[in-house]
Order: sequence, then C-alpha cells, then structure tokens
Amino acid sequence: MRDFLRRLLLNKWSKVVIFLVALSPLACLGWRAYHGELTANPVEFIQHFTGDWTLRFLLITLSITPLRKLLDLSDLIRFRRMLGLFAFFYVCLHFLTYIGPDQAFDLGGMWKDVAKRPFITVGFLGFLLLIPLALTSTRGWIRRLGGKRWQALHRLVYVSALCGVVHFYWLVKSDHRLPLLYGAILAVLLLYRLGNSLLKPRRAVVVSPAQ
Amino acid sequence: MRMFGNLTESDITPKSVYFNRRQILCAMGLAGAGIAGGKVFSHLAFPPVAVQAGTKLDVALKSPFSTSEKMNSFDDVTHYNNFYEFGTSKDDPSKNAQKFRTSPWTVSIEGEVKKPAKYSMDDILKLAPLEERIYRHRCVEGWSIVVPWIGYSLNTILKLAEPTEKAKFVAFQSYYDPGQMPWAGHAGIELPYVEGLRLDEAMHPLTLLCVGMYGESLPNQDGAPVRLVIPWKYGFKSIKSIVKIRFVKSIPPTTWNIYAPTEYGFYSNVNPNVDHPRWSQATERRLGEILRRKTLMFNGYSDQVGALYNGMDLKKNY
Repeated sequence: MRDFLRRLLLNKWSKVVIFLVALSPLACLGWRAYHGELTANPVEFIQHFTGDWTLRFLLITLSITPLRKLLDLSDLIRFRRMLGLFAFFYVCLHFLTYIGPDQAFDLGGMWKDVAKRPFITVGFLGFLLLIPLALTSTRGWIRRLGGKRWQALHRLVYVSALCGVVHFYWLVKSDHRLPLLYGAILAVLLLYRLGNSLLKPRRAVVVSPAQ
Repeated sequence: MRMFGNLTESDITPKSVYFNRRQILCAMGLAGAGIAGGKVFSHLAFPPVAVQAGTKLDVALKSPFSTSEKMNSFDDVTHYNNFYEFGTSKDDPSKNAQKFRTSPWTVSIEGEVKKPAKYSMDDILKLAPLEERIYRHRCVEGWSIVVPWIGYSLNTILKLAEPTEKAKFVAFQSYYDPGQMPWAGHAGIELPYVEGLRLDEAMHPLTLLCVGMYGESLPNQDGAPVRLVIPWKYGFKSIKSIVKIRFVKSIPPTTWNIYAPTEYGFYSNVNPNVDHPRWSQATERRLGEILRRKTLMFNGYSDQVGALYNGMDLKKNY
C-alpha cells in the first residue's frame, strides 16, 4: 500500500493533477459566476469563498509535515510549496476583492480601515506575512538563505494561519462553528509540532548523562 | 427523535411536495378533464394548509413615504436573508423556512394597556387599508436593499389597545418553535427573538406593521406572516414573525443587545458616524451594486425621525 502511494506521489503527472485540483475552486467560482449563482451579494460571496479557500490551503499545507511523518511518506514534500503558493494565490484574490469593490482602490481609506478594524488588521497581517514566504519559496532562495534561516523565516506561516483564523472568528456574528473548526484543526497541527520539538531536546537530556 | 415527535401538518404535506403533486396532476391533464378541471380536482384532493406566502394582497394606497430609488429584485430579497431561526447563512432561510406553518396565527397585544387583545391574521389584514411603502433597508452588516413593503403604520393597531400612562416602551417577540426551527440551535443567539422600541418610536408613522411585499403576502423567509419594518434603524430591529406585542414601563431586553451589548445597542439607529466596533458603518453595499455607497444618517429618514432624538448623545445611545 505504501509503495503504491509512493509510486503515485512520485509519478511525473502527480504534480499536474494536484495543480488542477487546487485550481478547481477557482473554476467552481467561474462556473457559478457564469450561471449567475453568486448570490444577491456577489462581492461578499467571492470574499468569503476566496477567504475560505485561503484558510483551507494553509491548513492543507501545514498538514504536509505531520502527514509525512505519521504516514512515513516523505515524498509528500514534493507538493508543499505548490500548496502553500495556492494559499497565497487565493489570499491575493481575497485581498483584491477587498481593495477593489470594498475600498475602490483608495489606498488612504484602506490604510485607515486596516489600522482601525481589528479583524481587518489581523487579516491584513496574515496576508503580509505570506508575501515574503511566497517570494522566498524557490530553491534559489533556500540556498541563499541557508536551510536553517529559511526554515525559521517560513515558520511565519504559523502566525499567518493563526491570523487567518482569528480574522474569520472576529468577522462572524454569532455562529462560530466554522471558524472554531478551522481553529481546532490549526491547533492540532501546531500542537503536533510543539510536541515534536519538546520531545527532541528531552531525548537529548536523557541521552547525555548516560554517555 | 425530535423530528418525529414534533411532526406538524406541514411536515406531512410539505408545500413543495404539494405543489409538485399539483404540477404532476396538471401535467397529466387528469384523464382529459383539462388543465382547469385538473387544478380544481387537485385543489380538492390536496387542499393547501392555509393561504400562505405568495397570496396576492389588495394594496389600496401608495405611501408618500416611499422612495423613488430603484427597487431590488424579489429574488434578491427572498434569497439573501438573516433569519437565524432558519440557519445562519444568507441562503439558509429561503431553503429552510418553506415548511414553516404561519396559519393559524395569533398576535397578542398586552401589558400596560386598557384593552389587551388577540388578533388573527385575518383581523390584522382587515384592520386598515394596506399601503405599499418602498423603503430603504440597511443591515448592520453593511448591506442595503430597497423593498416595496405592504402594511400600515404600527400605531394603527397600538392605539386600539389604549396604552396606559405607564407604557413607555413596546416589546416585541417572534414566534419560536425548535421543532419547526431545528437550525436555531446553532444561531448562537438566545431565542425567542425579542426586540423593543421606545413608545414614540413605535407610534411613529414610519414604523410599519408589515404583512407583505411586492404585491404579495410575506414569504416565510422574510418574516411571514407579520413583521415590523423600521426603516431608520438597522435591519435586526425590524423583528420578524411577531406573536407578541407588550407595552412595558422600562427598556425591554433585545436579542442582539443581550448577545453583544457593546456591538448592538437598544436604539441601533442607522448612523454613518458611529461605527460598529468591528467594522465601519460609513458605507454600505446596495445589493446589485459593486462599489459601496455612503450611508445616510437615519438611513435617509432624518427629516421624519431626527426630532425623536433631539438632545440625545447618539454615540452613547448607539
């Protein structure tokens, strides 16, 4: 089974397939737009839709590392950058629907809004944090920064995802089920990492006196 | 278990099924009886639960309060609803409220009055000539619509109760039945939904007791069979599916204020200068438009209602 999965992951078409799957929400949006099914408030619909998919792609990207270890499928790493870049792609669309229809490209007004509204502030911060990550996602940048520093920089994605969840939670009026679900998934993914990093040094402590 | 325990008549014959059957029977032509005959037959075989949403109303008057702005489509106003008893997404009520049984219906008027009364919908429809009033409607969430409501001033029915000297506020309560509204469990707000107005606000001629829109009785998702429309206040003040109107001495509790007192005040007048703590109220998106437009003080009804709030600090009394 594992061998089959590995072969599937390493197949040269697998990236193309994942790419198309990751693009399908956009296709769905296009389909709905073409058929006039964007509700009575299309701007809001597109904002919520692209925001939702940004969070989903962030969570999917963050689940790659745990899944690699738990399923012993290190080849999953092949897709992490692409999935992360899709999160960035959807957040860019999300941001465009905000500065366009909401702010009429008035950057001064937008800045005031960002400074004044906690839910926008935190969402904007989450977006900003993803920009350096998207820019340094290439092999060249990993080389230039060095693995350790690159990794440290890319831990900003944890903060960004947290911002995204808080942004969503603060936006909702009273039915918090969905933002709480995203928050719970994010908590599991981050606690897994915390657990891992806490276990490692403890092992070292246990090992050293014995030597 | 609840689903089976609280079966209502409308659960047994949902309106959509009833209509489908009728359509099928009509399509079959009923063994040559002709479509007209088929309709009569199906009507006898499957009588409607009651005259419900979609019944044509006789509108006697056009109101001078009406705006000449472009109205939103019936489709917009019936598929983009905040009615948390039927789900918290905008498109939930249009799907989930279809089976909501609005007949028989009783509105009780009570409290600090000389003549408490109970009204059936028939009574309410006959109490005064129905007017069409095209109002702007602004939601606290920052969107707005223009709707041709049908009804008459709330004060018509309030006066009949002869409020006593002690009556200073009017409290309203919506119908609530978890059996018919299983989605309400996720609403996050306390139910039944309650709202309130100061007596002078309730008696103001702009405050509409609304029984219909677009020439018809109210669709379920828009607050059937009877609701308030208070055009200078945020939409959540315009309580839907009213069963109780109570005159009281002091300021009554209101649903969204109970939920988040710092976000939703008792007055909740549309005011571009007082922001909701989480978002600006300076602009709004009219459904059907892309760019936001400026929100008007009292939603553009300053001339009519501004005097109600003379000398009040509207930043404090948000």
